Order: sequence, then structure tokens, then C-alpha cells
Amino acid sequence: MPQRPPEERIRDFYEVPLGLSEWAAVEEAKRCLKCKTPQCVKGCPVEIDIPGFIELLAQGNFDEAIVKIKEKNNLPAICGRVCPQEDQCEVQCVLGKKGQPIAIGYLERFLADYEREKGVRSPSLPHSRNRKVAVIGSGPAGLTCAGDLAKMGYRVTIFEALHAPGGVLIYGIPEFRLPKAIVAQEVHYVQSLGVEIQLSRVIGKTYTLDDLRDAGYEAFFIGTGAGLPYFLEIPGENLNGVYSANEFLTRSNLMKAYLFPKFDTPVKIGRRVAVIGGGNVAMDSARTALRLGAEEVCLVYRRTKKEMPARVEEVERAEEEGVNCIILTNPVRFVGNENGWVTGIECIQMELGEPDESGRRRPVPVPGSEFVIPIDTVVVAIGQGPNPLFLESVPGLNLNRKGYIVADPETGATNLRGVFAGGDIVTGAATVISAMGAGKKAARAIERFLEAPDSFPQWR
Amino acid sequence: MAKIIRKETLAPQIKLMVVDAPWVARKAKAGQFVVLRITEEGERIPLTIADFDPKAGTVIIIFQEVGKSTMLLGTLEEGDEILDFVGPLGREIEEKNFGHVVCVGGGVGIAPTYPKAKALKEKGNRITSIIGARTKTMLFWEEKMREVSDELFVTTDDGTYGEKGFVTQVLERILKNEKVDLVIAVGPVIMMKMVSVITKPHDVPTLVSLNPIMVDGTGMCGCCRVTVGGKCKFTCVDGPVFDGHKVNFDELLARQRIYLEEEQRALELWTVEKAKEEASRVV
Ligand SMILES: Cc1cc2nc3c(=O)[nH]c(=O)nc-3n(C[C@H](O)[C@H](O)[C@H](O)COP(=O)(O)OP(=O)(O)OC[C@H]3O[C@@H](n4cnc5c(N)ncnc54)[C@H](O)[C@@H]3O)c2cc1C
Ligand SMILES: Cc1cc2nc3c(=O)[nH]c(=O)nc-3n(C[C@H](O)[C@H](O)[C@H](O)COP(=O)(O)OP(=O)(O)OC[C@H]3O[C@@H](n4cnc5c(N)ncnc54)[C@H](O)[C@@H]3O)c2cc1C
Ligand code: SF4
Ligand code: FES
Repeated sequence: MPQRPPEERIRDFYEVPLGLSEWAAVEEAKRCLKCKTPQCVKGCPVEIDIPGFIELLAQGNFDEAIVKIKEKNNLPAICGRVCPQEDQCEVQCVLGKKGQPIAIGYLERFLADYEREKGVRSPSLPHSRNRKVAVIGSGPAGLTCAGDLAKMGYRVTIFEALHAPGGVLIYGIPEFRLPKAIVAQEVHYVQSLGVEIQLSRVIGKTYTLDDLRDAGYEAFFIGTGAGLPYFLEIPGENLNGVYSANEFLTRSNLMKAYLFPKFDTPVKIGRRVAVIGGGNVAMDSARTALRLGAEEVCLVYRRTKKEMPARVEEVERAEEEGVNCIILTNPVRFVGNENGWVTGIECIQMELGEPDESGRRRPVPVPGSEFVIPIDTVVVAIGQGPNPLFLESVPGLNLNRKGYIVADPETGATNLRGVFAGGDIVTGAATVISAMGAGKKAARAIERFLEAPDSFPQWR
Repeated sequence: MAKIIRKETLAPQIKLMVVDAPWVARKAKAGQFVVLRITEEGERIPLTIADFDPKAGTVIIIFQEVGKSTMLLGTLEEGDEILDFVGPLGREIEEKNFGHVVCVGGGVGIAPTYPKAKALKEKGNRITSIIGARTKTMLFWEEKMREVSDELFVTTDDGTYGEKGFVTQVLERILKNEKVDLVIAVGPVIMMKMVSVITKPHDVPTLVSLNPIMVDGTGMCGCCRVTVGGKCKFTCVDGPVFDGHKVNFDELLARQRIYLEEEQRALELWTVEKAKEEASRVV
């Protein structure tokens, strides 16, 4: 897919890849073999009829092609942009065994964009079943679960703590990878299916699950995500200028700090910025820092590039844009000045030892190798965990050792009757599409629960 | 959206609003706060719940106009709506009988002191309150504080009303002469720090209500982190009330200043815009 050159794109927040032309999309679609037992579909957590939509696209029937996708996926413009297709459907595509797999993600994006430009149509769905379901959290898991339940005819309300719906899609993933207008439009589509969204309602504080039960909700889906930022817990971490990735990205995305002072929320960006971590969140933070005007951005990672959890494509884009990876390096302390501002990171060199439980070789410090990197701003992007705010308000809910909700992987059922969960709050930080897959399975299970409660023996 | 039902000016730059927000009023407890946003371009700012009426579904906020967001809030009138009004957030204070509780409120901090004094009075505590302001005109809610206190002391820095000096000197006197079981202090960070310094040698448990910069207020961003007893805490979910003897106040003071330049710029721009607007209205 054509993309904007790095010199140009690091000066603004507009999208980097430009999308396929009509001609290129049709030619790509024509390569599909229409396999009898299509492998690609097995890789898709929301079960899109991939050869089905590709065939319609190849025939030039874009209108029906997008309808085909939306039978299963309410958020195609989002998935077409941020899904790791290379590990999902495309890795399974038979064409990939010898040459290039079909660019399924690009085709999905093409159709979603085509429809958006024409104006999205919504099916009219009367509330055929007058029963209420509450969905907590409006991330991809919650939106999918709510959308599917609405299509089945239930009355669904999503409760969202923030003032805008979308979860990580709106506060985490930057505008240049996923324009917020596109998220807004797909959320609007879910609303047009009959889903009500109540913003600025923190479940556990504003209402408890019991309050919602009293208000007539009969089943619950918890999709509160893994929003708690982890810190390194080393000296100096509360110095001014040290951000969590969540704060840094939330200020920039949700609060639009890149448009300060038109928008009131500022973000501090120094001349030299260091991002700690090697995942997608670290890449997003580094690329955001560049666009906010940093002169030098480096990524401090304790293993090597091979072990970085980020998508290869994202690491490449970051490097193209000038992000400098400092590998086999771990921070031990933040250094500050007398006014409480960070001025440097004391690091220690690492080397790779034996593999640990994650299968990656464990980084071990090299004694005596400490050195200081001078910096003005730090973004700590070493991962997130489950936010306890909501979980504490539900006594008796089963959590695992790390604090995530224990839920049946096939249904999302928790140990509490009528309470289902899915997405990052169950799996830990994962992907948009796996969260959507969990939302979809839970929607089906919630229908089963509402129509035949006894089919869940654990709650009898 | 939350409608402003009543607005009052308590002192120059200090305003009170009664807000129609039944979803907050129904759950509110002493010690908690709300996060609000006024415009689509606006910041999310935290304000303490100064009082609440679950039956009427209303919440009272009291704020000092210190920067762009609070000044903008101050321009809203009765009948106007606040765009987002989230809460109640944070943990409530423990409501039980401690014995003799001294409540110290400084400046706009008098407002968040009130619900705590009220709740503890209802639990049978003996309440001594000390409220203070820079000058007489800045003082408010003296009568309301008196209603929930067994004894009330008032100070002004310049001696224009009550006793001349700081709230801390009254506190020191009380600590010398009486048994105190708990001190609660809300006000400028420097005041809360001084209160904690004073109560420490007397070994009196001291609670302070911290006011760091916040973004979401739900534990998602980590902006509001403070060091308490050597551990990193998030004020919005672990607080805002903490043990004053364990808080690293100097770190908090530094963290409150992170955006000083930007706040200044936003304020100047806004003032200029407002002046232009007013000029065009005159023409
Ligand atoms: C910076 C970043 C970049 C990423 N990039 C990619 C990518 O390119 N591709 C990809 O596939 N994945 C990516 N991910 C991961 C992906 O975004 C997540 O796996 C996915 O969003 C999880 O969805 P979710 O619905 O479980 O939770 P979330 O998206 O986290 O949504 C949870 C929602 O619940 C709300 N909530 C929480 N508590 C409460 C409460 N008590 N009451 C009401 N509401 C509440 C939150 O405010 C939030 O809106 C990225 C993640 C981050 C942080
Ligand atoms: C839990 C909590 C409860 C609060 N309750 C109240 C309340 O009941 N009434 C009230 O008036 N304020 C309260 N505050 C403080 C209030 O949130 C800030 O005054 C407000 O956010 C300032 O926004 P602004 O844009 O108007 O000013 P800014 O432009 O952000 O700041 C202007 C000036 O005020 C200073 N300032 C900013 N934030 C604070 C702060 N938190 N404490 C002290 N000085 C600050 C800045 O350093 C700057 O000099 C509370 C804060 C917290 C965290
Ligand atoms: S596996 Fe590849 S070639 Fe086969 S149907 Fe799917 S996309 Fe087409
Ligand atoms: S304000 Fe974001 S974690 Fe407290």
C-alpha cells in the first residue's frame, strides 16, 4: 500500500498509509483462489466470510462486499487499519505458502473507506426482544458484544467511564494510525443498530452492578480493558517529565494536546525523548513524540530487536521516521535537577542469558556497565495491567493471580451468574480483533443465557 | 451533561454551583470528587464534592478561579450545562467515632473540609474546626462550618477578621492544651505540609486531601501519582485522602508546576479572546 514519505509524515498527525486505489483493490482481489476450505477464515476471530467478500470485490460489487463483511464485523475500517493480519488471516492464506498472501487487511480497509465516503447505511432493527443487557466499557470488546446483541434484538446499553467511546481506539492508538473520525463513525454505526451509549459513567463508582440489576439489566458484559499503567519502580520515576505511555498518549489522542492551545490540555515534549519498552505502545509513543516536535527520540529496550513484541511493520516505520533503538539496555534510575525535572536516565548494559518462561532469552545485567543517557522527557511503555477500580466493586468475582477476570474462553462466562467478560480484562493486553472475538462469543452466550438460563450448569 | 441550578459568588474568585447530577449525588460520600469538562476543547478538571443531596439529586462544587478552566467554569450561569460531570471518584473517608477531631480548612479548602466535618459530626465525634483565609473577603461558609462543629476558630493572614495569622498557629495551641485523636487538613499543599509537620511530634494521626494534576481520574493514566510512605500511589483511586505523615509534599509541589508555562499561555490567549469578544459586543 502506498504510504506518505517519512519527512512529510512526521510533521503532522495525518494517516501514514494512503489506502488502495479501486483498480489495485480489484486486481488484488482477483488473485484469490476461492479455496473450498478457506484457511484464512480460520485465522479470523470474528469469522468474516473472507473469500465471500473478496469475490464480490473482484466483481466490482463493492456495496455487497462491505455488507458481507459487516454480517460479522461492525468495525471494518478500524480492523482494516490496526489488525495484525500478518498473524491472523493472511498467515493462513494458501497463497502465502509460495508467494504473497492476499492483502486481506488492505481490501477490508478499502471497502470500509469506500462505504464511508458514500455514507454508511444502517439496517433498521426493531427491538424484538424487550430485555436489557448492560455492557461495561466501550472498547472493541464492548462495542462488538453490544452490536451483536442489538442485531439479535436486545436492548443494550454501554456504560463508558471516559467522555468519548472507543477505549484504546480513541485514547491509545494515535491519530496517524487510526483517525479518530473513523472510530467515531464506526461507533455511530453501532449506535445506529440500537445500542445506547452512556458516557462519563464509571461503573463501580457511579453505578455498581447491583444498581444496574435493580434498573432491570439481566445480563452483563465486562469489557473494561487493561488500562492500568505499569511503572519500572525505580528511583526518580515521579520526576517531572516522566510519563506513563497511557498518560502521554491520552493527552495527545483523547485530549488533543497536539492541538494545544486550541485544545486546553498540554503535553510536555523535550528536545530529547526516551521511550522505555519495545512493544506497539512504545512505537506509538515514540512516533507521537516525533510529531509533537522532539528533535531526538530513542527507544530503550532490554533485549534485542528480534525479541521486540511490536509488529515488524511498526518498528520499521518508527525507524524510517528517525527513532533510534538502544537495545540491550535497562534503566536503573532517573536523574533529575534541583527543580524536580528529569535530566537523564542511568542505564545498565544487558546481555541475553537462558530463555525464561516466555521462551525469550532472559536479559541479564552486565556488572559495572552503568552509563547515563541525557534526556528531557521519558515515556514509560512497559505494559499495562487490570485496573482494580471496577473489580474491587464486585465482591466474589473470580480473578487470576495477575488480577485479570477468570472467564470461560468459549462463552466469556465468569463465576457470577449472568456476568460475562472478555477482551484485555480477561486475556491481558492483546489485540483489537481478539477483543472483538471475545465480545462476539459472549454475545452468543448471553443470548443463550437469556433464552435458556439452565444451559449454564455452573449457575444453576 | 449536568445543569447548573444555582450559582453564588462566595468571595472574589471563589464560586459555588449547585449542579443537577443525580447519578453523582446518589452515591457521593465525604472525601470524594468529580471530574468535569466544560467544552469539547476543554480539560478534564477535578473538584471536590463540597456537599450533596441524594434526594434532590444535586451536588455542590466550590472552586477558585486560578486558570483558564476554572475561569471559564466561572462564566457559566444558572441554567447552563456542564458538558461532562463524572463521579463520584476517589475513596471516601472512614466514617466512625475517633473521639476529638480537628478539621483544618485553608482558602478554598474550606469547601472540601465541610462534608468531612459533617460526616464525622454525625458519627458522634467532637469537632473542632479551624478555617482560614488570606483576608476577610476571601472567607466563606463560616456559618455552615459552625453548624457541624463544637468549636470554630477563624484566622486571616492579614488580621482583617478573626485571629491574625495562619490556621497552623491555632492548631499548635490546641495540640498543646487538649487531647486530639485525628486531624484532617484540606487547603494549599504548603498548608497541609505544615499541618503534618506540626502534628507529627504530638503523634496525632493526620489526614490530608491531595490535589495533584489529573487527567482521567479513574486510575488509567498515572498522572496523579504521589509518593506516600515511599510507595507510588495514584491519588484518584488510592486517595485523594492520605496519611499526611507519609506524603512526599515536595514532590507534589514540584509536580503541580509541570505545566506552569502552558497554563500561563492558555490563560493569556483566553483573556485576549474574551476581551476581543467583549469589544465586538460593545460595537
Ligand atoms: C497504544 C496502543 C496501541 C495499540 N495498537 C494496537 C494495534 O495496532 N492493533 C491491535 O490489534 N491492537 C492494538 N493495541 C491493543 C488493543 O487496543 C487492545 O487489545 C484492545 O483495545 C482491547 O479492547 P478492550 O475492549 O478489551 O478494552 P479497551 O480498548 O481497553 O476498552 C476498555 C474501555 O472500558 C472503559 N472502562 C474501564 N473501566 C470502566 C468502568 N469501571 N466503567 C466504565 N467504563 C470503564 C475504558 O475507559 C475503556 O474505554 C494497542 C494498545 C495500545 C495501548
Ligand atoms: C481531588 C482534587 C480535588 C480538588 N478540589 C478542588 C475544589 O474543590 N476547589 C478548587 O477550587 N480546586 C480544587 N482542586 C484543584 C483544581 O482541580 C484546579 O484548581 C484546577 O484544575 C485548575 O485548573 P485551571 O485550568 O483553572 O488552572 P490551571 O491553568 O491549570 O492552573 C492555574 C494555576 O493554579 C495552579 N494549580 C493548578 N492546579 C492546582 C491544584 N490542583 N492545586 C493548587 N494549585 C493548582 C497552577 O500551578 C497554576 O499556577 C482539586 C484538585 C484535585 C486533584
Ligand atoms: S486462503 Fe487466501 S486464497 Fe484462499 S480463500 Fe482465503 S484469501 Fe483466498
Ligand atoms: S488521574 Fe489518571 S490515574 Fe489518576
